[in-house]
Amino acid sequence: MATKLPRTDAVVVGLGWAGAIIANELVDAGLSVVGVERGPWRDTAKDFNIASVTDELRYAQRQELMLRTAQNTITMRNTPSQTALPMRQWGSFHPGNGTGGAGNHWAGITFRFQPEEFRLRSHLEERYGAGSIPDELSLQDWGTDWNEMEPHYDAFEKLAGTSGRAANLARGRQAGGNPFEGVRSSDYPTPPLKQPYSPTLFADTAREMGYQPFPVPSSLVSETYTNPLGVTMGPCTFCGFCTNYGCANYSKASSITTVLPTLIRKDNFEARTLCEVLRVTTDSDGRRATGIVYVDSAGRQWEQPADIVVIAAFTFENVRLMLTSNIGEAYDPITRRGTTGRNYAYQTANSVQLFFDDKNFNPFIGAGAVGMGIDEFNNDNFDHSGLGFFGGGSTRVTPIGAAPINSRPTPPGTPRWGSQWKRSTVDNYASTMSIGCEASNYASPNNYLSLDPTYRDRLGRPLLRITFDFTDNDLKMAQYVTDKVTEIAKRMNPRQMVAKPRTGPWDGRPYQSSHVVGGFVMGADPSHSSVNKYLQVWDVPNLFVVGASAFPQNPGYNPTGTVGALAFKAADGIVNHYLRRPGEMITT
Amino acid sequence: MSKTRDTAKAGGLTRRQLLGSSAALLVGASGTARALSYTDTPEWQPFSNIAATPVDDDADWQFFTPDEAATVEAIVERLIPADDLSVSGKDAGCAVFIDRQLAGLYGDYERRYMHGPFQAGTPQQGDQSPLTPQQRYRLGLASLDDHCRNTQDALFKDLGGEQRDAILAQLESGDIALDDIDSVAFFEIVLQNTMEGFFADPMYGGNRDMVAWKMVGFPGARYDYRDYIERHNEDLAFEPVSIQGRGDWSTPA
Ligand SMILES: Cc1cc2nc3c(=O)[nH]c(=O)nc-3n(C[C@H](O)[C@H](O)[C@H](O)COP(=O)(O)OP(=O)(O)OC[C@H]3O[C@@H](n4cnc5c(N)ncnc54)[C@H](O)[C@@H]3O)c2cc1C
Ligand code: SF4
Repeated sequence: MATKLPRTDAVVVGLGWAGAIIANELVDAGLSVVGVERGPWRDTAKDFNIASVTDELRYAQRQELMLRTAQNTITMRNTPSQTALPMRQWGSFHPGNGTGGAGNHWAGITFRFQPEEFRLRSHLEERYGAGSIPDELSLQDWGTDWNEMEPHYDAFEKLAGTSGRAANLARGRQAGGNPFEGVRSSDYPTPPLKQPYSPTLFADTAREMGYQPFPVPSSLVSETYTNPLGVTMGPCTFCGFCTNYGCANYSKASSITTVLPTLIRKDNFEARTLCEVLRVTTDSDGRRATGIVYVDSAGRQWEQPADIVVIAAFTFENVRLMLTSNIGEAYDPITRRGTTGRNYAYQTANSVQLFFDDKNFNPFIGAGAVGMGIDEFNNDNFDHSGLGFFGGGSTRVTPIGAAPINSRPTPPGTPRWGSQWKRSTVDNYASTMSIGCEASNYASPNNYLSLDPTYRDRLGRPLLRITFDFTDNDLKMAQYVTDKVTEIAKRMNPRQMVAKPRTGPWDGRPYQSSHVVGGFVMGADPSHSSVNKYLQVWDVPNLFVVGASAFPQNPGYNPTGTVGALAFKAADGIVNHYLRRPGEMITT
Repeated sequence: MSKTRDTAKAGGLTRRQLLGSSAALLVGASGTARALSYTDTPEWQPFSNIAATPVDDDADWQFFTPDEAATVEAIVERLIPADDLSVSGKDAGCAVFIDRQLAGLYGDYERRYMHGPFQAGTPQQGDQSPLTPQQRYRLGLASLDDHCRNTQDALFKDLGGEQRDAILAQLESGDIALDDIDSVAFFEIVLQNTMEGFFADPMYGGNRDMVAWKMVGFPGARYDYRDYIERHNEDLAFEPVSIQGRGDWSTPA
């Protein structure tokens, strides 16, 4: 039995990006807030130090910062007819744990989605005709629009100190940025990062071919920056131990480098760490959340009553908590009824690898988000008439570093051990680069999240089950964009090129991206969405579920700029609308 | 100073209780970590959660029996043979690395989801074996010697280099079936751990004298390339540095 604690105004589950942003906004509005986090308190000076962060074995191989699968994992299968099995070691994605969440070990690429994205179904039907979207895709609009989103993107970039070059400012256009972006109220808070050799070579070639390359927007700050909360960050030093590592320089934005240092000092905030939330409690008719129940590391259960409950526990746990708490109706792929678990989507990761003889890229100089990109093949930036698919990807060269347990490129056919392997490893280490194309992934009725019928976590609770495979639409798109990238690669004149369009079936073993989205999506129509545009749960007005779980489908961009913007949006909904009429759905 | 709530109210131990036990300082890295409530400025101790303990290269084998260790050395010396580019995997310390990893928290998969039912799935569903790394090595090494005894009338470690290469290649391709363990799975974990040992920071027992880093030109534990990032297509000729520094930095005793 759970011991009941005194009530609080609001409880926030998860202190990663979304949870910390919302908690801070609610505290500033005068609410008493308790943040509950399943992992440990993390702090740069305690956890990430120059003297020890450069440890590839510990962080990349043994996955030090990630959630331990022993604590919680997912099960996976490609089709509804298969038996899902547990992911016993993280492969395809790398969920986080502890304050900072996945934001501690993320790469920092910080895109805004484009204006059309928020009304994707309407946009495609307007451009290509009412019947143009194939049945295998369950695309939908987000129930919000660019004008509503833009101020929140702006707030997130200012919080994170995002570096980049704007192209489309309200006061006019400027060269050197991403010409496909939506109109921005202000420029990036810090200038673009300096560029290493491989992105520069790529951008020069792309420019010659008529494309418009731009520095990848990055929440690794390029100079000392103090954010609106008064927290100061230091410049990125391109250490190359970035993706999968914590940053020792306070350069990589995360909730522990941008929000928590000030939030934790505010009187009406308390963080409880190593406390895992088990469920949301509701009143008898399920129309009001009464709080949450969590288990602490000693195994004791506590009930925390709250007037407002915010769940910001990353896509997987957002959806699992809703399923285990019986919030909304679980999605059924046969009847296509129910919304909890519906429209789960991923990212379609493609690449072309280039082997050179005469180049030295110094690949160990890198950062998760340093690089140059082009957007000509992304989303609906090109005409899809007659192509037989929708979507596209963000093409870019982002050298993340080259610690050599993982970074040992050799051409296909090279033995994996012995003298020949060694020779080839030495020959190619410094002279190989790769162009990535992080492409869209469009929701489909057979791709969904549900509770696993067999596998349970250490507390006996069902694991979340992923049923997912790439659709024909996405596989055709993958081939198309990879062909386009290959044209650029060819022009760069490498000795050898290896094109890797994403092919099916989805494979849980190799890392692809942690951009798992959907399952509790936002929209204007409760029959096809779980939350409204303020991330407020339909029919449970004092419950907000925030994160990429709200994306109805995934464009060819990384998610976190939008996760941050949605967190500000939810906070705006609570503070400026919900608190005026507590207990009601926000209707503006 | 940190304001901490009492245990019952906060749902966990107080900060002060925690700091009383140095074992519990490795919050999250060990099972002893306790739930904590934080308000105001959290008291942390600098560096409290960063230490990874360097292994003792010269100590006795900690997991392997001497026979097992000899077999592992005979494997890693063929996976990474000595040539003009580097010393062998054996001389680089790969067997010591694997031994220390198996004796540590990797060895029994303490962090891994190990609940059944265990069943074979599609390749895309990944490793579903119920065996821990310790078990994989124990069974694999014994089965490998059984195989060699049956087919060559010798132990693996006593075979010549080319014979060992041929057997390793057949394990890799699955052409040899071992008695107690899937031969491909056994080969894969040995190959993975050997490469980890060869390329990881030398503090873990492999990559002695940063031999692998010198070989490929990886500068190791450096953290600031601001002055170099725009020097394109240039050999920067960095000497590598490990987390523990470099041999020539300390005065010989
Ligand atoms: C290796 C890697 C690279 C990435 N690179 C990029 C990139 O370049 N660009 C980009 O846009 N995105 C990137 N991402 C994704 C990015 O990290 C996430 O989108 C972002 O962190 C999501 O924020 P969140 O607040 O929703 O979740 P998180 O940051 O993960 O925070 C969720 C928090 O909730 C906690 N929690 C979960 N369940 C419970 C529970 N039951 N009880 C209590 N607490 C709980 C977790 O421990 C965690 O701290 C990357 C991710 C990874 C792993
Ligand atoms: S590359 Fe930059 S942001 Fe990333 S960890 Fe290193 S210093 Fe920090």
